[in-house]
Amino acid sequence: MSDLVRNTIRFILFVFLQVYILNKMPLLHELITPYLYFLYILWLPFYIKRGWLLILGFFLGLSIDYYSITPGLHAAACVLIAYLRPFIIHLLSPKEAAEYSYKEPSPKAMGWTSYLLYALILSFCHNFYLLFLAWLSFGSFIVFLMKIFVTTAISLLMIIIAELIFPRKLRYRTNTV
Amino acid sequence: MRNIFLFIRRSSVFILFIILQVLCLSLLFTYNRSHRAKGLGIAGSITSYFNQKYNYFEDFFSLREENRRVHQMNDSLVNLLRQNFVRVDTGTIALSDSLLGNPAIQKQYVWRSAQVLYSTVNSDKNYLQINRGSSSGIADDMGVFSSNGGLVGKVVNTGENFSQVMSLLNVVNKFNVQLKRTGSAGMLSWDGKSPQELTLTNIPKTDSVRVGDTIVTGNYSLSYPPEQLVGTVSKVLIDKSSNFLILKVKPTANLTNVQQVFVVENVSMRTQEGLDQQTRNLIDKKPAN
Repeated sequence: MSDLVRNTIRFILFVFLQVYILNKMPLLHELITPYLYFLYILWLPFYIKRGWLLILGFFLGLSIDYYSITPGLHAAACVLIAYLRPFIIHLLSPKEAAEYSYKEPSPKAMGWTSYLLYALILSFCHNFYLLFLAWLSFGSFIVFLMKIFVTTAISLLMIIIAELIFPRKLRYRTNTV
Repeated sequence: MRNIFLFIRRSSVFILFIILQVLCLSLLFTYNRSHRAKGLGIAGSITSYFNQKYNYFEDFFSLREENRRVHQMNDSLVNLLRQNFVRVDTGTIALSDSLLGNPAIQKQYVWRSAQVLYSTVNSDKNYLQINRGSSSGIADDMGVFSSNGGLVGKVVNTGENFSQVMSLLNVVNKFNVQLKRTGSAGMLSWDGKSPQELTLTNIPKTDSVRVGDTIVTGNYSLSYPPEQLVGTVSKVLIDKSSNFLILKVKPTANLTNVQQVFVVENVSMRTQEGLDQQTRNLIDKKPAN
């Protein structure tokens, strides 16, 4: 399967997963809102151009937004983490895109520690910015702070579960350019 | 000049980032102010397609509960049939109950049924999408009631074949309601916490409110008929700093599971609004003496 087809299918699946399963889950607690859809951005290949990364992030966020009728809210957060992603990857494992032996960021490609740190930083940025924008129109500061930590913890937990359940079968690239 | 082009080339990603952020934020803030989003019409026709598909599937699991609600609603309507009443006093004048024949009776509220395609309760701002739009006579600001007669929300955005309803579970909501027993009016809102608990303020402490009292829609709203069920009081809190009570209200409509709804049109709403606007203009134009 080519990367384009694979990522298009992933895009649709992540939007539907977020909209029809996670958003429709019965409310467990007022602080808990499960967000997982931004894992799509985390899973995009290493070699993707930074401009495309931003545009994909924008459309991913916008498709979630038009379902939950908050135009621009998720899109803003997605564009932010799409912008930060190359810096974080560079910080955690300073290599050129061609030097990686796997195509996408995964525990295998980066090692569990740096992958988890990468997921933690980006989900924290996403949730912080998203909840901050929501907090501007409504809510108290203490609830906002608690929400950031609870939501990030839940997101990270779901990312770990997703990685354990679906270990992406990525080919080991022997002929690195 | 060359340096400018070089600069743009070098930081093109950053410029794109800034442009997209500004676009997102402007979309968000214009929406938060007016609740009318750009592009929601086109996007809505796409989301409603998928929501409809999902809804066929979801209905399968909730039909039993829905059936029970509709049956209860039917039961309350059957009880209103004329055959159930006997006129005892033969001296009274018989009135024709035909609505059309009597010029003194005008129909003010039209009820239409609709199906909920998508709804959430997880967020601070929850909306429902229904499968009726302007082509079936739905317009903005119409009231929406659940199949068991409880208030659900208000239409905020109308497309051709679908509309978006702002649910009671939306923190920007302010609904005008009243206590059925005493008739005092209050303001119903939601604090974003539990979907089973709405907050009713502005009820004076002089009212003797008990747990279980019925809350109905207020007399002064243009969107929905008065005296329709909203909920029951579940908790009475006394606000020491003011003369008002804070009541926690359990909504009659099960907002976590709304399937079939009624959309209520106030036929004379535009006239009433126009009159109101005209009066304001008239008073404002007058020079202050």
